[in-house]
Amino acid sequence: MSSDNGTKMTGASSLVKSLEHAGVEVMFGIPGGAILPAYDPIFDSPIRHILVRHEQGAGHAATGYAQATGRVGVCIATSGPGATNLVTPLADAQMDSVPLVAITGQVASAAIGTDAFQEADIRGITMPVTKHNYLVTDARDIPRAIAEAFHIASTGRPGAVLVDIAKDALQHQTTFQWPDSISLAGYNPVLVPDSQAVRDAAALIAQSLHPVLYVGGGVIKANAHKELMRLAELTGAPVVTTLMARGAFPDSHHQHLGMPGMHGTVAAVTALQKADLLITLGARFDDRVTGKLSSFAPHAKIIHADIDPAEIGKNRLADIALVGDLANTITALIPAIQVEFAKHQPDLAPWWSQVNSYRERFPLGYDHPADGTLSPQYVIERLGKMAGPDAIYVAGVGQHQMWASQFINYENPRTWLNSGGLGTMGYSVPAAMGAKVGAPDKVVWAIDGDGCFQMTNQELVTCAINKIPIKVAIINNESLGMVRQWQTLFYNERYSNTDLHSKRIPDFAKLADAMGCVGLRCESRDDVDRTIAQAMEINDQPVVVDFSVHRDAMVWPMVAAGTSNDDIVVARSLAPIWDSQEL
Amino acid sequence: MTTNTHTHTLSVLVENSPGVLARIASLFSRRGYNIDSLAVGPTEDDNISRMTIVINVEGHALEQVIQQLDKLINVISITQLDPITSVQRELLLVKVSTTPESRSQVLETVQLFRAKVVDVAQDGVTIEATGNSEKIEALLRVLEPFGIKELVQSGLVAMSRGMQPKSNGR
Repeated sequence: MSSDNGTKMTGASSLVKSLEHAGVEVMFGIPGGAILPAYDPIFDSPIRHILVRHEQGAGHAATGYAQATGRVGVCIATSGPGATNLVTPLADAQMDSVPLVAITGQVASAAIGTDAFQEADIRGITMPVTKHNYLVTDARDIPRAIAEAFHIASTGRPGAVLVDIAKDALQHQTTFQWPDSISLAGYNPVLVPDSQAVRDAAALIAQSLHPVLYVGGGVIKANAHKELMRLAELTGAPVVTTLMARGAFPDSHHQHLGMPGMHGTVAAVTALQKADLLITLGARFDDRVTGKLSSFAPHAKIIHADIDPAEIGKNRLADIALVGDLANTITALIPAIQVEFAKHQPDLAPWWSQVNSYRERFPLGYDHPADGTLSPQYVIERLGKMAGPDAIYVAGVGQHQMWASQFINYENPRTWLNSGGLGTMGYSVPAAMGAKVGAPDKVVWAIDGDGCFQMTNQELVTCAINKIPIKVAIINNESLGMVRQWQTLFYNERYSNTDLHSKRIPDFAKLADAMGCVGLRCESRDDVDRTIAQAMEINDQPVVVDFSVHRDAMVWPMVAAGTSNDDIVVARSLAPIWDSQEL
Repeated sequence: MTTNTHTHTLSVLVENSPGVLARIASLFSRRGYNIDSLAVGPTEDDNISRMTIVINVEGHALEQVIQQLDKLINVISITQLDPITSVQRELLLVKVSTTPESRSQVLETVQLFRAKVVDVAQDGVTIEATGNSEKIEALLRVLEPFGIKELVQSGLVAMSRGMQPKSNGR
């Protein structure tokens, strides 16, 4: 491909050549006026372009692709409304540290600033929701901007980068020149942690009697799950995995306490509260994990390992900061801990008996509804059992997302995809499409709510036409379930605008059929396994299953927003009763 | 201003490219940081601009501001300038009312503060002064009783003492 250097071509061809040089195999997008010059060379490029039905779908598909594969996801749209429709997926990817590059067309450079047709200042609009962005007005600058965008998106703490290109820059003739190397004066991520800090951390770990490994999504981003396993087994400490880290550590491992946070397990939440040391790996003390920050893990010293130095001390002050790539950091920690343990290894047996008692007394659970209707948790649990740990599960946002995190066992990284930080309803279907494109040999299940599904389901048309056979389980409780749960608990059961009536309209099975998918319906417990098995057998087209579930099911346990993790509620009005010595 | 212990002066080298000021302003606005003053200008290198930012934050929040600024790709380096080991200056232009009786007193004040009269009218003078924040504030306090008709003040600019360029590159 280096033979392309020095070749005369249009800016548009230069863009497509640049994407080829960056290693892009697929992109998701929709053409329009300002980006149209780029679509002509795309027609001849080996890069697969998937024509979506809405730019938001393109963005989430690129995100799902990136999360499933670890590669950079790419989406492309035109100026103005095409670009503004990408704002939500950009913010979503940035919040969850997903490497994403968005290409947008811009009106011709002479028209910029004149309120021209389909003009929007997308660089200005996306500044707060991207890691970096570019406005390119000269054809010569295109290869460098693309090379830098991929470098920035995929290195350090990954994130979203937008490259906005004026139409005339795409049309003008230029000489293609792919940069040999990238050097950005203001961007040099630290990859290896300070060795003194590593020794200090090891010493602290060797002194700690109640440690917890608080594992965040950074472990998956850094592909450090094998290193994490070695660290966990060396220290023998309990492990909790946040919503973004599900799959980073196998759920079947005896040291795993599950997910912490607002809907975490009692064992995970309480272990953090009682800990004397948090070994924080690629997690960011998000409010959904900490609850009321001032009462979070009050007795714990903090080791905070992250590649982003700005995360250290942002929410919780760290006693020891380990800034670096997590695989490097954990690899450095292990021998340092072995040195300390050779001198003194703490006895964690009393801590484990305490933690195990939380696990045994307050396991995750649910009841089947008394009226015989279908329990949503049961549907999700069976789905996880039948599709198994090799499938990829992609959730929307809300109750079904929490249940999918709680009741499916994740054994491998990149098998659980969801919108954690931004909480983007409508993420599931397009992200599942992107995941299936990136991992065509895997079974991909979108687990969606009836509310979420109605935001982005048109991408099933894209799936049907492009032979992307994803499977969608709609957990249909005919309402905006999580909002309804809060109305039940905090607004005196006044259900203002949460009833979607979606058991009557739309008919999801017919809708699926109309979009070129197989539509199935399941309303009783006896039919669950059979319906899932039927869906699993269809691999040549997308399948949508409308699971009609009980609408009053709630997500438990719960730490109400803004309250302390000590006030976790196991089920409605049922708080754990601790022995006085445990408090 | 510098007497306030929560006030910090940051000397920030940034790439001289479009949108950099917007990125910094957007960051400060989004994260809720309070800027006391901001001055932007060229440096000895055409590709690099220097921003002198005076910010009012407490304790470890300053570290957060620096780390968040450093995350911006166009930000090359950030140096915190200590008032003792740096030279800090502001520029003031002020129109002061004068009467035939008060004029000599005003001119005396100008001399005392080593300021300059840059324009004279029938009923007033325009004064130019440079100095650190305390000096500018003191001058304004003395001029106040004569009647300040209009004033304009630059943001603070600052540079470390000694010949070692403190904040060029990493």
